[in-house]
Amino acid sequence: MPQTSASLKTSLIGWRMPVTSSTKPVPVQTATTATEPRTSLSKTIRVRLRVPARLRNLELALLLVACGIVAFAIVLVQLGALGHVDSTIVTISAGLAVLVLAMHLVMRVVAPQADPLILPIITLLNGVGIAEIYRIDIAYGASGWDSAGIRQIVWTGMAIVIAIAVLILVRNHRVLQRYRYIAMFTGVVLLLLPMLPLIGRTINGARVWIGIGPFSFQPGELAKVALAIFFAGYLVTARDSLSMVGRKFLGMRLPRARDLGPILVVFAASMIVLIFQKDLGTSLLYFGLFLVMLYVATGRASWIVLGLGMFALGALVAYKALTYVNGRVHSWLNAFSATNYNAKGGSYQIVQGIFGLAHGGMLGTGLGRGAPQKTPLATSDFIFSSLGEELGLVGIFAILALYLLFVSRGLRIGFTGQDDFGRLLGVGLAFVVALQVFIVIGGVTRVIPLTGLTTPFLAAGGSSLVANWIIAALLLRLSDAIRSAPPVGMPA
Amino acid sequence: MNRQLRRVGTVVLLMFIALFCSSTIIQVFSVDQLKSDPRNVRNLDDSYAAERGAILDSDGNVLAKSTPSTDVFKYQRVYTNPAVYSDVTGYFTFNQANPGIEGALDAYLSGSANDQFLSNLSSIFTGKSVQGASVELTIDPKVQQAAWDAMGNNTGAVVALDPKTGAILAMVSKPSYDPNTLSVHSTSKFFVAYNALIKSPSKPLTNRATAGDLYHPGSVFKLVVAAAALDSGKATADTEFQNPAALQLPLSSAFIHNSTNQSCGPGATASIATAIRLSCNIPIAQLGASIGEATISEYASRFGFGKPFALADGNFDVTPSIYPTGQDAPHLMLSAFGQSDDRVTPLQIALDSAAIANGGVEMQPTLIKKIIEPDLSELKVLNPKIYGTPISPTTAGAVRDMMISSVAAGAASNARIVGVQVAGKTGTAQNGVHDPYTLWFTGFAPANDPQVVVAVVIENGGGRGQDAFGNQIAAPIGKAVMEAVLNK
Repeated sequence: MPQTSASLKTSLIGWRMPVTSSTKPVPVQTATTATEPRTSLSKTIRVRLRVPARLRNLELALLLVACGIVAFAIVLVQLGALGHVDSTIVTISAGLAVLVLAMHLVMRVVAPQADPLILPIITLLNGVGIAEIYRIDIAYGASGWDSAGIRQIVWTGMAIVIAIAVLILVRNHRVLQRYRYIAMFTGVVLLLLPMLPLIGRTINGARVWIGIGPFSFQPGELAKVALAIFFAGYLVTARDSLSMVGRKFLGMRLPRARDLGPILVVFAASMIVLIFQKDLGTSLLYFGLFLVMLYVATGRASWIVLGLGMFALGALVAYKALTYVNGRVHSWLNAFSATNYNAKGGSYQIVQGIFGLAHGGMLGTGLGRGAPQKTPLATSDFIFSSLGEELGLVGIFAILALYLLFVSRGLRIGFTGQDDFGRLLGVGLAFVVALQVFIVIGGVTRVIPLTGLTTPFLAAGGSSLVANWIIAALLLRLSDAIRSAPPVGMPA
Repeated sequence: MNRQLRRVGTVVLLMFIALFCSSTIIQVFSVDQLKSDPRNVRNLDDSYAAERGAILDSDGNVLAKSTPSTDVFKYQRVYTNPAVYSDVTGYFTFNQANPGIEGALDAYLSGSANDQFLSNLSSIFTGKSVQGASVELTIDPKVQQAAWDAMGNNTGAVVALDPKTGAILAMVSKPSYDPNTLSVHSTSKFFVAYNALIKSPSKPLTNRATAGDLYHPGSVFKLVVAAAALDSGKATADTEFQNPAALQLPLSSAFIHNSTNQSCGPGATASIATAIRLSCNIPIAQLGASIGEATISEYASRFGFGKPFALADGNFDVTPSIYPTGQDAPHLMLSAFGQSDDRVTPLQIALDSAAIANGGVEMQPTLIKKIIEPDLSELKVLNPKIYGTPISPTTAGAVRDMMISSVAAGAASNARIVGVQVAGKTGTAQNGVHDPYTLWFTGFAPANDPQVVVAVVIENGGGRGQDAFGNQIAAPIGKAVMEAVLNK
């Protein structure tokens, strides 16, 4: 694989990298090294030492900018909503900045060549989320542990610590491939956990929570990480039998019945979530994740067609049979009709969210100057409309652009990765974030029916934060693996 | 694997493009519509927090303004000449629907219209709070006051407009109310005042010029029938009809009479011109039967019947006037002189005359002259627009001449102004067998170069039941309004 110092530099910006079939054993280069002139060798060493430092320095600079923006946002919230600056929240948030910088320092040691954009992006998203949640706390008059903002800060701290732990513990992502069935087991258990008596809890109609004492947790968020690892591991080994064998029908190569097993299992799991946990969004998320990873691994469009067909059928049955799905669809199509608006669990919150967005308009009311608290669930499911109200369309575009950048960094791993497991995992993790963003924001802005999912990094919710920071840590680990792989065929 | 990856990348990109588009649609393109949704409480809160723009008459006098208030809301709406202008301005409530200009131009007045984006942008940087734009109306204070005074204690409405521009110079509806009593910050206080007004049998909250239950037009509708007959080529001004003192309606035992209970002037026949001059029912009923319902209906809708006019930049809708269809022969004849189920607003009658006055070209009626930013720059100037050309200049000229003779030597004699040629038409519409008449006048002056068109309606026979005619009560009011314009 030809990789020059020039392409190392450009790869920071572009996706396009020369990639060869990656599972092939790397040609041994010792034979050529012996004949290389000394100067070239020293140049190679210099390049390899300087680039990581440059990447981390870039990350540090961007992190400082991100922390600065977040601090500015919190101060603006206070000036807008309180009329004065209150130093406590700023101080507590500064603690988070210290944790993020700690993560940066850890990466200098354990993942020196990791992608330099991921950490600043999620720091910014998470921080802006905290600022907006805190702003809504002010409107509700919540303080102490009642304040969702304080809880969010604590959860963020925990999530960063866990992410650091992941970076330190998982030094080589290929280890994860070995534990794919454990991951599957973990994922399914996490998914089914809320259905257990005693600890399972139903909040806002969806039984996707477990609660122990005052703490509640959505295990399904973590399950998506476990399932992505399982899918990547399983598909890397099973892709040949999935993609090569099977009979042709209507121009599509259909899989053999026994190869259908896993897809049926995942389909069943997402339907269970849909029917018993009443969580349309999570169900869609898992199934979408699986389909995309299956397609990337096998390259068979027939799988997608088959899978989408099955999901459409399932959704149609759910639409006919389950009142809550039916209600969601009606609230989506005719959100402004008086019947849906006044119905219990109807379109009231969507419409209020849209009123909030319209209130913000192009430039927003300014942080602390809008009325996002008028929308139910303003800090969690509707954080996007809260931000849209106060930051306006320009703010929304910036947030969406940040997500897009984050996702593209993940997809980039798929293009440039050295091993298929890593590539597949990178794509899966990136796509699951993209899909979740689409499902939530699409629901809030009426592209699709509204489902209860959290907006990654922004929305109030500990489980979601922890899961997404783990995803970010894994993407950092995967991106580090690409760059620290031995440069192959370095030209003389 | 790269091919699949590129496709996944494309799918991700498409998903995000969908989100970019949906947010843009909500936050830019549907903003005005979403903000006018009555369920949108944010906008109401905003409209109270911002300094609302003023409503001005055409001379720049303040009709409604926001003054600083001491309660939780920063501003209190105050109306300076409340009763005279209430049907134009409307009132501004905390959380109820706002009528009049207050409701129609709420987005501009509260500073939330899309057009005000730039000035709002600058107020972000200068740190000033958002201020609403002011609205300058076409209402001329002298004409409005003259109409108000001339109406006296009568119940009814006056509309005066400039036929060349469609600018509404006066719009009075009586009885009126004080919008200050409704523009209060307490919902309970609002409802005490509102319920008292809504229960009042004289319906002071109804804008009789543009809405309400509509009126039988009586003889003022003959202008539309005459215009239809001439313009369609089915008759001329000199076409003659039988001239009995009473005419039995076909398929019916009922007779119709002229208002005098005699024939329409001397002679066995009477022309259309004579019938309009003397406001006779019998020849016009025959004319209606001869040109047919379809022709009358077509011309009525050309003048604007059946369609809502929006008086304030797309809002402030006027109730559509009605010319009935599917009538049998006797009802068709009755409908030709403004009875049967003909129902009109005074504004529609003024527009009929305006088209005749303006050589057949009907201008879009408007109450708004311009919208002015807080820094006094003009945000929007409403230029005259042509609504339609219902009749040809020749037809307009012929009908105008009939109206001139109606004032000079006919049934509308009380509209004469010394030294000015006035064109006019009266109406005295019957409502029920014993119900008081509805009295009408519509006309314009000077007839050869019209500056003003007026329509006057007086309910309850001006307090005289079935004893008064349009010429006795409505025509002098119309004359006073026209004089107010001409004497400026």
